[in-house]
Amino acid sequence: MIESHLPALQVLIPLICAPLCLLFNNGRIAGILSIAAIWCSFLLAIFLFNQTLVVGQIFYEFGGWTAPYGIEYRIDIINGFVLLLVAGISAVIFPYSLKISIKEIYREQLHLFYALSNLLVAGLFGIIITGDIFNVFVFLEISSLASYALVSLGRDPYATTSAFRYLILGTIGATFILIGVGLIYATTGTLNMADIAVRVQGQFHNKAILAAFAFLTVGIGLKAALFPLHSWLPGAYSTAPTAVAALLAATSTKVSIYLFLRFVFLFGPAFIYQDLPLSEAITILALMGILVGSATALYQSDIKKILAYSSVAHVGYIILGIGLGDILGLTGSIVHIFNHAIAKCAAFMAVGCLVYRIGSSNINDIEGIGKRMPWTMAAFVVASLSLIGIPLTAGFIGKWYLVISAFEQGWWWVLLSLLLAGSLSVIYLWRIIEKAYFSDSNPQPLTVKEPPLLMLVPLLMVAAASIYFGISTTFSAGIAAQGAAAILGVSL
Amino acid sequence: MSGSWTILFAILTPLLGAVVIGSLTKIPNLRETASLVAALITLCLTASLIPTVLEGGRPAFRLLELLPGFTIRFQLEPLGLGFALIASALWFITTIFSIGYMRSKNYSDQTRFYIFFALAITATIGAAFAANLLTLYIFYEALTLATYPLVTHKGTSKDRAGGRIYITILLGTSLTFLLAAIAWTWSITGTVAFVDGGIFMDGNTLIDGVTPGQLAVILTLFVFGTGKAALMPFHHWLPAAMVAPTPVSALLHAVAVVKLGVFTILKISIYIFGIGTFSQLDIGQFILYIAATTLIVSAIIAIREDNIKRRLAYSTISQLSYIVIAAIIANSLTLLAGGIHIAIHAFSKITLFFCAGVILVSLNITKISELNGIGRKMPITMTSWVIASFCVIGIPLTGGFWSKWYLAQGALEANNLIITGIILLGSLLAFAYLIPPAVSSFFGNAKDQFFENKPKNMAEAPLPMLGAIVFTAIMSVALFFLVPAISTLLQGIEGLG
Repeated sequence: MIESHLPALQVLIPLICAPLCLLFNNGRIAGILSIAAIWCSFLLAIFLFNQTLVVGQIFYEFGGWTAPYGIEYRIDIINGFVLLLVAGISAVIFPYSLKISIKEIYREQLHLFYALSNLLVAGLFGIIITGDIFNVFVFLEISSLASYALVSLGRDPYATTSAFRYLILGTIGATFILIGVGLIYATTGTLNMADIAVRVQGQFHNKAILAAFAFLTVGIGLKAALFPLHSWLPGAYSTAPTAVAALLAATSTKVSIYLFLRFVFLFGPAFIYQDLPLSEAITILALMGILVGSATALYQSDIKKILAYSSVAHVGYIILGIGLGDILGLTGSIVHIFNHAIAKCAAFMAVGCLVYRIGSSNINDIEGIGKRMPWTMAAFVVASLSLIGIPLTAGFIGKWYLVISAFEQGWWWVLLSLLLAGSLSVIYLWRIIEKAYFSDSNPQPLTVKEPPLLMLVPLLMVAAASIYFGISTTFSAGIAAQGAAAILGVSL
Repeated sequence: MSGSWTILFAILTPLLGAVVIGSLTKIPNLRETASLVAALITLCLTASLIPTVLEGGRPAFRLLELLPGFTIRFQLEPLGLGFALIASALWFITTIFSIGYMRSKNYSDQTRFYIFFALAITATIGAAFAANLLTLYIFYEALTLATYPLVTHKGTSKDRAGGRIYITILLGTSLTFLLAAIAWTWSITGTVAFVDGGIFMDGNTLIDGVTPGQLAVILTLFVFGTGKAALMPFHHWLPAAMVAPTPVSALLHAVAVVKLGVFTILKISIYIFGIGTFSQLDIGQFILYIAATTLIVSAIIAIREDNIKRRLAYSTISQLSYIVIAAIIANSLTLLAGGIHIAIHAFSKITLFFCAGVILVSLNITKISELNGIGRKMPITMTSWVIASFCVIGIPLTGGFWSKWYLAQGALEANNLIITGIILLGSLLAFAYLIPPAVSSFFGNAKDQFFENKPKNMAEAPLPMLGAIVFTAIMSVALFFLVPAISTLLQGIEGLG
């Protein structure tokens, strides 16, 4: 009996855990409770994903109301994959955050951190598995509000400013999405995604549908930090507590991009690629994001900022795959959602370890730290290689698909910018590595040593994953290719 | 097939060596012994493959499939085996030299040095046995990463600046152009395998879906993407990397890095484009003249350079262009010359670097202009310098003669008189940048102050270093007689016989 209700539990576990954290009003208990909850969710996500591999799609009708009228949860191979990613990343970051949060968040706010993280995760789970567009908006608001508050928990004096900026822009994005949802409801009379996809066909001359499409694209673009709507991201990532930055970088923007895929393809590939110039439009924006993000990263002196601008660039990579619009490009896009999440998570976690020991993430304060924290820096190097896209790391796989796709389409300018950005990333990431390993002036004091195992082990796990998924690609690239084929409605 | 396992063990031995070296940090003597033993085992393993390849055996080993149709695979073939032999033999000699050098200069972090040296050799052997572009590319990048900590070994701001140029140019070119070339090749042909006769040619005709113009662009991407071949304008990393300790320079110039660059270009010429494709389609002209320009310009810069190691670096850039020219003219004579020149230049240039290292260690001299008179103090070292110089120049009775001879003949056969002239001019210029320092070191008037500080006794290097120098110098001469054997090996390549 309980088995049929598992999709609902996926969202409910963290959603219930959040108020419990508040009730206990104690950082440590809240932390342990959250870890238990997130690992339950992770196991559940694994189970559900395996189910989708067997049965294809899982349907769940909330409250027993049948599909077009009630809210439907629908898990297929693509969102099962994203679900697994988000649950997995969170399951690693929550234990990691136990130690570092004590240093980065005021003691009396610690239980708030866990309550909000649970809300964030619950919202993301909801966005991923729901099949109802209004429900998407609700969960999006839950996760967004939680992220604004999470960013503001940082002790950095600019944290509240960044959070406020994030709040303003995020709310504009959410409003756009709501308008889009409303217009779709007005024209098609339904909120169920599968239903919309059917009814919207043949309505493309309708200006309201076009407007809805435009509102959704811009709104989600804002949430996903697609250039030029990315200005909230660097500030939010660099001033937030590091565990929050890792969580947001690895899950939040990724889910927004997933949502972009979902919404855009509600209208069918023929409409968006042939009737509309979406392909050209978002390709140009993606490339601008890649180049501007990479170029700006060159001039940052805070490692978190460097990683944040690198995220802007990598969001560009992922969106570029959607712009390229063939099966190779989309495969690259989906697989890069997964691989970049892992690499960026590892990079932020490594920075967190540095912050834990030396209290700073400034590039000039880490001179010679490679000697004192060899494992942490080794993990950072692995993550950097993956971000650069060196073969045998996860980052190479998505890039390869994108490059091949650009060749097939004959888009030279795309190819050139893509490859140039790879070289730029060598420059901005190597600045950090060079400083960490070689110093001539003031080496780190002897008190600086490896972080506690509770931080180091999760970090090494994620770093190892970014090598594992660079070598064994049957899972990640295989699922991504299946997902891309399903989205485009072609067979592999 | 036992040969396929031998290939795998040859690649894994240096890797295992790195692990053992790392575990012996506390016992330097044992650590260096481990390094030597690993080098010796690698050499024996690669040497044991010679009979197989001479019989025409091409055992292969498939490690894993990265993406559908995109595998990491190794295969034995003559050119790769030759490269692996040179690398493992010179690893052994360089280790002997390093023991003397690193200890007498009292460097810190010597364990790290030997670990990354072994890792660099792993990457080199892996690339030498690569059976397709992907495998080659992976080990190519791995070599850049493994050599970076060696280049910046001392860690001062000057070293870091050099290392920054090193990593940026090498990773930048390969991530941009080489990756583009590989992806383009893949998207046209659907394969990246090294195949006899090339993958762009079907018999004597070009395959569908590609024009000669596109092939010319792909070739350009390949050649500039291989930054390790140091073709202008992507040559600057080589002089910049001269900040490294001398054994590392030897590794860069003779054993692994630049050799992997030209090896890559030769492989691509033979197994991706196919022998004769360039001349048939007339697509190599642009690169040919870039290489010719590099050859002459860098030789002229070398003449004007006063720092010994930087002069040798520009000399290397010039000599590499010979191999690029060989790979582009690509008839059976020039390809043979290219393969031979990898071996020749490896032994002669490593001798010159060892000499530079010894001069630095014994007398603390880094400038050509300060060499006056030191030949009388270090007769063995400077005699080796002269022999190795003759080999680089290509004077008969040294191995260098053969590669220049075959190359000039090949250029004549291709009716390219300009290139023939440039090849000869390059040798003259090599004479001009290598021999005058040796002459003044024997016959020049030393500065008074120098003789005051160092009384009349000899100033030769410690024994391990001197032994390494003498051995490689003798090899430079011995290669004159060994070249027929190398030719026999290389003629196992289909189309070179």
